[in-house]
Amino acid sequence: MTLISRRLFGLAAVAAAFVLPAAMPASAATAITGAGATFPYPIYAKWAEAYNAKTGVRLNYQSIGSGGGIAQIKAKTVSFGATDKPLSPKELNEAGLAMFPTVIGAEVLVYNLPGIKAGEIVIDGPTLAAIYMGKITKWNDAALAKLNPGLKLPNMPIVVVHRSDGSGTTFIFANYLSKVSKEWASEVGAATSIEWPVGIGAKGNEGVAGNVAKTRGAIGYVEYAYAKQNNLSYMRMKNRAGKVVSPGMQSFQAAAANADWDHADNFFMILTDQPGAESWPIENPTFILVYKNPKDPAAIKQVLDFFGWAFAEGDQMAEGLDYVPLPDSVVKRIEASWKAVAGSGR
Amino acid sequence: MADIALAHDFAETARATAMRRHGKGDSRFRALTFGAAILVVAIFLGVLIALLNGAWPAIKTFGFSFLWTEKWNPVTEKFGALAPIAGTLISSFLAMAIAVPVGIGIAIFLTELCPRPLKRPVGIAIELLAGIPSIIYGIWGLFVLAPYLQAHVQPWLIDAFADVPLLSALFAGPPYGIGMFTAALILSIMILPFISAVTRDVFETVPAMLKEAAYGLGCTTWEVMWRVVLPYARTGVVGGAMLALGRALGETMAVTFVIGNAHRLNPSLFAPGTSISATIANEFTEALGDLYVPALIELGLILFFITFLVLAAAQIMLYRLERRAGAR
Repeated sequence: MTLISRRLFGLAAVAAAFVLPAAMPASAATAITGAGATFPYPIYAKWAEAYNAKTGVRLNYQSIGSGGGIAQIKAKTVSFGATDKPLSPKELNEAGLAMFPTVIGAEVLVYNLPGIKAGEIVIDGPTLAAIYMGKITKWNDAALAKLNPGLKLPNMPIVVVHRSDGSGTTFIFANYLSKVSKEWASEVGAATSIEWPVGIGAKGNEGVAGNVAKTRGAIGYVEYAYAKQNNLSYMRMKNRAGKVVSPGMQSFQAAAANADWDHADNFFMILTDQPGAESWPIENPTFILVYKNPKDPAAIKQVLDFFGWAFAEGDQMAEGLDYVPLPDSVVKRIEASWKAVAGSGR
Repeated sequence: MADIALAHDFAETARATAMRRHGKGDSRFRALTFGAAILVVAIFLGVLIALLNGAWPAIKTFGFSFLWTEKWNPVTEKFGALAPIAGTLISSFLAMAIAVPVGIGIAIFLTELCPRPLKRPVGIAIELLAGIPSIIYGIWGLFVLAPYLQAHVQPWLIDAFADVPLLSALFAGPPYGIGMFTAALILSIMILPFISAVTRDVFETVPAMLKEAAYGLGCTTWEVMWRVVLPYARTGVVGGAMLALGRALGETMAVTFVIGNAHRLNPSLFAPGTSISATIANEFTEALGDLYVPALIELGLILFFITFLVLAAAQIMLYRLERRAGAR
């Protein structure tokens, strides 16, 4: 009996997860409704607080994940959806959606090796792909030794840590590995969840950070803010130009500035493996989805007004939370693109 | 005469009214309890139908091969449930293998051997163990138990069994700290109080006369426990163990923390694996695509059936035990 009732509880919780977001009320006059990615939630919340103090308009943002954000905007239960994984121009056109980026987040590789300090290890894309494919299994492997002359790497098994939940962070990481390794691209690919050849899975950035911190010989990928705030040892990386770069606002911004935004259809842009001597190789913008012909144009105007204000006033807040603001040239393009949205008043 | 007849009539009508009234109350009560019973059946069927409905696209696409396919690839949308099913069963049964002997041992100690002043504190401590939320076990497992196992226990086990044919495969590979073995260990700690508390309670129902008679015949404590107390209490012990197994099969949070969440089968107990509930908890939020969510719901359906089968097996086992005891 207890067993059955417990099972029922579990199912009820799953059912609730289905129903609740759909039951959210449509936009009230003074509240913007949005749903989606968890990654930008802290900065959206911070912007919303400042914006509310200034204009009295509230933001009701449900951080339910990118997949949920796409599903909710397609179900038209929210005014905007948010996703870390950009929709392709084809998907956007089919759904009648417009897309634009808001902020950029970077990912870093963290590790746990006794006796080796933060930033001492250098890694490049092909070696990283080989580690995550299980081809390199020891820290003193020749490929790692070659990248790190003078560093005494221990003869210790590499414990690969990855995300177990579906995540935009995983998508960006796998996307980078696909660009630098043909083998990875053909055998594994890139998506929010993938079939990992090796390693242990952990839930969320905090799970990966926790596992790496507690497991000797571990390597994992997390958002920069997590590595910084938890004082995890991060790696330096060799970028596409063959230069070794440290993670930080400077290298993150370099990658964003060096990217080819001119040819980015609908801002479809994944900022991995970008050119430029200073560019950090693994980062991505997070995106907003709105309807081009919304049934409630006034609500969309509120959404665009909010993000327009955030682009103008919110850069410092973003940097304070370790997000990378978009380059000004990109912001100009985004605001120009809003003319295509009906009722935007632009 | 007439008086008596009148009184008789009166008594008759009073009784009839009372009967009618009671009868109405009875029938109402019956309807109410019947409704409650039907509700449970209706919910059970409703859940089953909802699961079948949700899982239908996956069932249609993969058929029965879903059950024995190891591949779990969200990119190409090829899904198979072998790794989570195996992980659920292996971690649960391994946990039972650890927890049942220890739990029965605790119960024996508490009922037969424990000094009186220790009896209550130890008993209460075990019951408190049952009240700890599973997330606490998960965090403790990840931050305390796993690093300890990685540094001290696993390397030792790997070395010790390196030359033993079968065991070297079971205890192989780099010591990750987390994995199937750690998950089973955490589970065994979680289900221990269920087994020991229930077992202790049924042991205490064994008539003192039986035990005294056995001791009087010169039995050792071991013989009394093994030959007298355990056979007398076996129904309760099996019941407690099944309750514990049920908890182990469905446990989500603590397992998710320490099992490693990898969709791979590996003969080594130190390798990361996954369980059905851990897979659902991990992947539901960001499951995109036409088959991903149905595949996860089908996993839920499978867990539903596994639990059902375990309960049914427990009932059959109990029935057999009782019949054998009756025949003797």
